[in-house]
Amino acid sequence: MSSSSPPVGAASAAISASEKVDGFTRKSVRKAQRQKRSQGSSQFRSQGSQAELHPLPQLKDATSNEQQELFCQKLQQCCILFDFMDSVSDLKSKEIKRATLNELVEYVSTNRGVIVESAYSDIVKMISANIFRTLPPSDNPDFDPEEDEPTLEASWPHIQLVYEFFLRFLESPDFQPSIAKRYIDQKFVQQLLELFDSEDPRERDFLKTVLHRIYGKFLGLRAFIRKQINNIFLRFIYETEHFNGVAELLEILGSIINGFALPLKAEHKQFLMKVLIPMHTAKGLALFHAQLAYCVVQFLEKDTTLTEPVIRGLLKFWPKTCSQKEVMFLGEIEEILDVIEPTQFKKIEEPLFKQISKCVSSSHFQVAERALYFWNNEYILSLIEENIDKILPIMFGSLYKISKEHWNPTIVALVYNVLKTLMEMNGKLFDDLTGSYKAERQREKKKELEREELWKKLEELKLKKALEKQNSAYNMHSILSNTSDE
Amino acid sequence: MAGAAGPGTGPGAAGGDGDDSLYPIAVLIDELRNEDVQLRLNSIKKLSTIALALGVERTRTELLPFLTDTIYDEDEVLLALAEQLGNFTGLVGGPDFAHCLLPPLESLATVEETVVRDKAVESLRQISQEHTPIALEAHFVPLVKRLASGDWFTSRTSACGLFSVCYPRASNAVKAEIRQHFRSLCSDDTPMVRRAAASKLGEFAKVLELDSVKSEIVPLFTNLASDEQDSVRLLAVEACVSIAQLLSQEDLEALVMPTLRQAAEDKSWRVRYMVADKFSELQKAVGPKITLNDLIPAFQNLLKDCEAEVRAAAAHKVKELCENLPPEGRETIIMNQILPFIKELVSDTNQHVKSALASVIMGLSTILGKENTIEHLLPLFLAQLKDECPEVRLNIISNLDCVNEVIGIRQLSQSLLPAIVELAEDAKWRVRLAIIEYMPLLAGQLGVQFFDEKLNSLCMAWLVDHVYAIREAATNNLMKLVKKFGTEWAQNTIVPKVLVMASDPNYLHRMTTLFCINALSEACGQEITTKQMLPIVLKMAGDQVANVRFNVAKSLQKIGPILDTDALQEEVKPVLQKLGQDEDVDVKYFAQEALSAVAQRLRKLDSPAKDGEEPSAPGADKNHFLRPGGPGEDTGKFVPLMSRHTESERLGWFLRRQ
Repeated sequence: MSSSSPPVGAASAAISASEKVDGFTRKSVRKAQRQKRSQGSSQFRSQGSQAELHPLPQLKDATSNEQQELFCQKLQQCCILFDFMDSVSDLKSKEIKRATLNELVEYVSTNRGVIVESAYSDIVKMISANIFRTLPPSDNPDFDPEEDEPTLEASWPHIQLVYEFFLRFLESPDFQPSIAKRYIDQKFVQQLLELFDSEDPRERDFLKTVLHRIYGKFLGLRAFIRKQINNIFLRFIYETEHFNGVAELLEILGSIINGFALPLKAEHKQFLMKVLIPMHTAKGLALFHAQLAYCVVQFLEKDTTLTEPVIRGLLKFWPKTCSQKEVMFLGEIEEILDVIEPTQFKKIEEPLFKQISKCVSSSHFQVAERALYFWNNEYILSLIEENIDKILPIMFGSLYKISKEHWNPTIVALVYNVLKTLMEMNGKLFDDLTGSYKAERQREKKKELEREELWKKLEELKLKKALEKQNSAYNMHSILSNTSDE
Repeated sequence: MAGAAGPGTGPGAAGGDGDDSLYPIAVLIDELRNEDVQLRLNSIKKLSTIALALGVERTRTELLPFLTDTIYDEDEVLLALAEQLGNFTGLVGGPDFAHCLLPPLESLATVEETVVRDKAVESLRQISQEHTPIALEAHFVPLVKRLASGDWFTSRTSACGLFSVCYPRASNAVKAEIRQHFRSLCSDDTPMVRRAAASKLGEFAKVLELDSVKSEIVPLFTNLASDEQDSVRLLAVEACVSIAQLLSQEDLEALVMPTLRQAAEDKSWRVRYMVADKFSELQKAVGPKITLNDLIPAFQNLLKDCEAEVRAAAAHKVKELCENLPPEGRETIIMNQILPFIKELVSDTNQHVKSALASVIMGLSTILGKENTIEHLLPLFLAQLKDECPEVRLNIISNLDCVNEVIGIRQLSQSLLPAIVELAEDAKWRVRLAIIEYMPLLAGQLGVQFFDEKLNSLCMAWLVDHVYAIREAATNNLMKLVKKFGTEWAQNTIVPKVLVMASDPNYLHRMTTLFCINALSEACGQEITTKQMLPIVLKMAGDQVANVRFNVAKSLQKIGPILDTDALQEEVKPVLQKLGQDEDVDVKYFAQEALSAVAQRLRKLDSPAKDGEEPSAPGADKNHFLRPGGPGEDTGKFVPLMSRHTESERLGWFLRRQ
């Protein structure tokens, strides 16, 4: 009893003070507290009591035969981790490690011949010990990367220097992939890729450069890296819908695709169709759409025959309710049309312009406007002109309709211009379509009625059958022939 | 009828003669091909109607091949298709032809979109049951094998869900093959497939022979539980529950526990979270002995895990864990091995952890009994009642009744009353609402005098709360109090205060008077209603705010049944007639509604002979007027209709089975 009462008293005192503050302020206070939260706390689970660090002599003061030994000692010293969540503990040791890391960065970037074969193991061990960790649960389950501030990595003062060191190591003229591949292996890369889910954009930026260098230097790891990225993306699309580093990975892929040899391997085409295209369905598309569109266009520039499947794929995943995404899709289509070959254009013009015609008549003016901007693009205009006989009949109906009905005057003005352009391309067809517009509408209405009629009859048939089934034990054939005799 | 069956029954008859069939398949297929996705979707959803129109023969030979070929469509359409096909066996000619449905479902089981794939697998599982054992081996098992060795990961993930449905009915040779396929999927190259296999591991284990479980499933389990990806490892924890149920204690100790211990200390918090989340299931599966030796220490670690998510998941399980301990020695275990950790969590830094604990901690009082509750738990409850996070406070308040049963209301109110009074004015309205809902119970236990002294003013203050939900709850609360304390108490304490609010400058408060009258009139009876309440209501008919005026009309309709003919005729009717001419449309509408109800009521009162029958006569239900206030009124009206409906449906089903 006595053991539990003091905390209760203490808690009540703390509350009565905060209780006076109104709800809004309290929320913001809580939010601020949350943002201070550290990431990476999971890594302290297994560690026992902290060892205190003792400063080692400076590398530059050591003799050249001592240097190597001291270098390794310093690397080992930097393997010890500190809890940055606790901002007052181990201040001295933290400072020693920071200074040591700084010294290491400078040491590998200014000296030649210091990355000797025996050091690789210690170097990679130090890097792994610091950066590889289970990322903590996201503070904010409904984290909106466009709105919310990301949770920053608390141990950044050290981790930043480790990444810095890693990069200098990879980029050093002394660096030998043939030795490093013993340590930087598939498992290492796998862990590195998992870190791309970090919420801290600074960390993801370093990771991007690091992975890019590794892809460039380790030929044996390339296929593995592509496959793992593939898996991360598939998981992102179909399982979790959450991964922070999609944009960074796509950026790396953009440069990888750029370097693909021709003709493209089946594996790469599959990646385009089965991963990159479905990726357009993701909820957070806005965060990586620029990089994604870049990758897609890179593919099309490599191999124009992919244009048709890509555009059909985009049409399949065309957003139905999200106008913001629709605008992005239209942007991507324009990028694709910019590089399309006229022969390819002919293959997809019909389904594509049916979609564009729907976009043009969207009641969301930004969607309509984005679609109508296609007519400001010289190259697209020339493609339309070449195929005006096909395109005008598709576009005419909706353009004609919105020119009379759209609520937004800017859209109406744009539509008039488009109609004028189209009329100049083929005046006769334009006149014909204007003439037959009303008849066309009526035919559509009639078709609509016919459809309703059809379903009504089917329903009646179904009811009748159900009834007959109840009344008699006849099999389905007899019933069918029976009803069709009538 | 029998004669008519003759010419049509020949297999080719409907297909051969175009005029004979009502709707040529082309038209129907045209519908399924419509450019508008929505129309395509509608058509697919009515696929059974189409199949019915075509007949079983043409459904098999024409419709299904068409559907198999048009797999490239919007995922939404595919989803509807996958769902429909699961119930298609009857439409293709019964179990003998169920295998005709496999080709389209096989294609659907390989598409990328998870939702579609899962639905296709679900339908396949359904159809598998309709196959004869021979058809199962001839058609279904080969399909599972094809999927299991597909090139793209989607087909392999789908296969994982199909093993357990075909295994029990397969021959021994085929069984061995099925196990082999499952084994290879558990070590698939793609993590997606390993995840699918891990999630079906428990289900598969359940249909296997015990020897195979030990020799094959356990090694697979151990491998998956140490997979490099934490998303795979955490699914193994789920499988652990099913596997543990199948094994003896010795086997468990030797084969499963090392892996489970390792999972409870996994370096990834997701895996530890899963262990915490599945704790009760695990506890039941491994039995009391292993629970004491292994799970309790593991649980202690989870309660002090470094990640709040894990602590919260574990805190949620505290009550269930304690409940499921063997009664013998339970108290000692809880007091010595669980409670110290719970005490720590009460002052946790994370609000989700505290709130999770608050939602279950009250349940411990029934397990620990009165003395322990007062000595050890009450201080914790009090601390949580004063927590800065409203959710914590709310969770404690809404579970007060568990404690009430153990230590009695006197003790509870003495310790908790100050906290409750403070919470009655809490800044969060949900907390206030929880307190209000607790009031009638408290009032009943404390008695009138205590209530009037300590709580009455609170109850009245809630009537003028700025949140509508609170005012509404406060109104209902008053009604419940009157039922407890009687009309005399109502007349002396409640009614005067309520009626004073009728002349409040704030129209919301004036409306609260009307709502209170609606709620109280029945409990207070005719005299108080006619003498005290009615005059106020009638006076308010001249209010300048339209909302008040139409609520007057509603109130008059509401209290009508309690009033006598004179009051209705002389006082209510003229006022309603005047409101019926109001300039505001809503006032007019509600006044007319009330007028017609009053008129009916008057007609009934004129012929008192029928009066007695009214409540039971079904026709009377249409007249809302006659049965005031009962919330069950509307459902009562619908019950006969619905039961009739289900009866005819059951009949139809019965006939079809014949």
